[in-house]
Amino acid sequence: MTWWAIGALVVGAYGCTLLGVFVLARLDARAEAATTGWVRRLPLIATLIPAALFAALIAVQTFDVDGSLRLDARAAGLAVSAVAVWRRAPFAVVVIGAMSVTAVIRWQTSG
Amino acid sequence: MSGHRREGLLLAIAVGVVGVTFGVLADAAGLSLPRVIVMSALVFTGASQFAAVSVVDAGGSGPAAVGSAMLLAARNALYGPVVARLLPRRRAFRALGAHLVIDETTAMASVQADDDAAADAFWWTGVWLWTLWNLGSIGGARLGAAIGDARTWGLDAAFPAAFVALLAPHVRTAPGRVAAILGAGLAMATVPLAPAGVPLLVAALAVGPAAWWHVRSAATP
Repeated sequence: MTWWAIGALVVGAYGCTLLGVFVLARLDARAEAATTGWVRRLPLIATLIPAALFAALIAVQTFDVDGSLRLDARAAGLAVSAVAVWRRAPFAVVVIGAMSVTAVIRWQTSG
Repeated sequence: MSGHRREGLLLAIAVGVVGVTFGVLADAAGLSLPRVIVMSALVFTGASQFAAVSVVDAGGSGPAAVGSAMLLAARNALYGPVVARLLPRRRAFRALGAHLVIDETTAMASVQADDDAAADAFWWTGVWLWTLWNLGSIGGARLGAAIGDARTWGLDAAFPAAFVALLAPHVRTAPGRVAAILGAGLAMATVPLAPAGVPLLVAALAVGPAAWWHVRSAATP
């Protein structure tokens, strides 16, 4: 990558977060004073964004292999983490449990 | 160390190891060490850095690399309204905080009980992550391929697992569950159809029906 491409990526990526924090967030704050229209729903939308995006991240990070959906050892890790969260296990147990199960299944099924 | 700071550190350690993988890949794609350092310090969006370097490694052009990376960075704009009230009012500090707005910091902040804890979780997670991501990517670029594949250690399973824990508080309400299920469904449906990054942007559309659900159930008790 050239320095130009890296520079463009720095400006673009930081521009996105600045846009969110300075522009979108201000719209959000202004919306609390609004009484009509979809603008009034912006704070509600902001509270729902993490649910939609985190669930999508989980799905993509578990099932996406270079643009196609596949079921592999990561799915077992996901199942372990879901059970651990449901049983209110500590954060470290959730993460390390999922990693270990995934690694063991890969190790068992390779070669 | 309080709970969320420790959890932030644990997440950052996993991110640091992924940073090593990034460094190895960037080195293999022909990026010099100064470029790797500048990229990790200033772009600081793991997924888009991976995308950019993969495109270059596969022989793609600079604009193509930047384009696919931007698709992955775009969602960070959506996190602005979620974390903005936790950031300092002074413009310079606010702009500094904006640099740390990524999946992990937003998630750690959004599961805290009050704003003070959320701001604390945001900054600690952000500083841990930034430090370890940079150390990791420098280490990876220096050591090159000697380290091997992080997937052998199940590291790629660490992130979905962490996000399951961080998603849990958001699906305690019915609209939250609607947003999560629709978001995951939309993302998976989009994976085969669009380049990386787009599925996550499409998933954001799930908040529409979820908000409608909230309004409708508030209107009819």
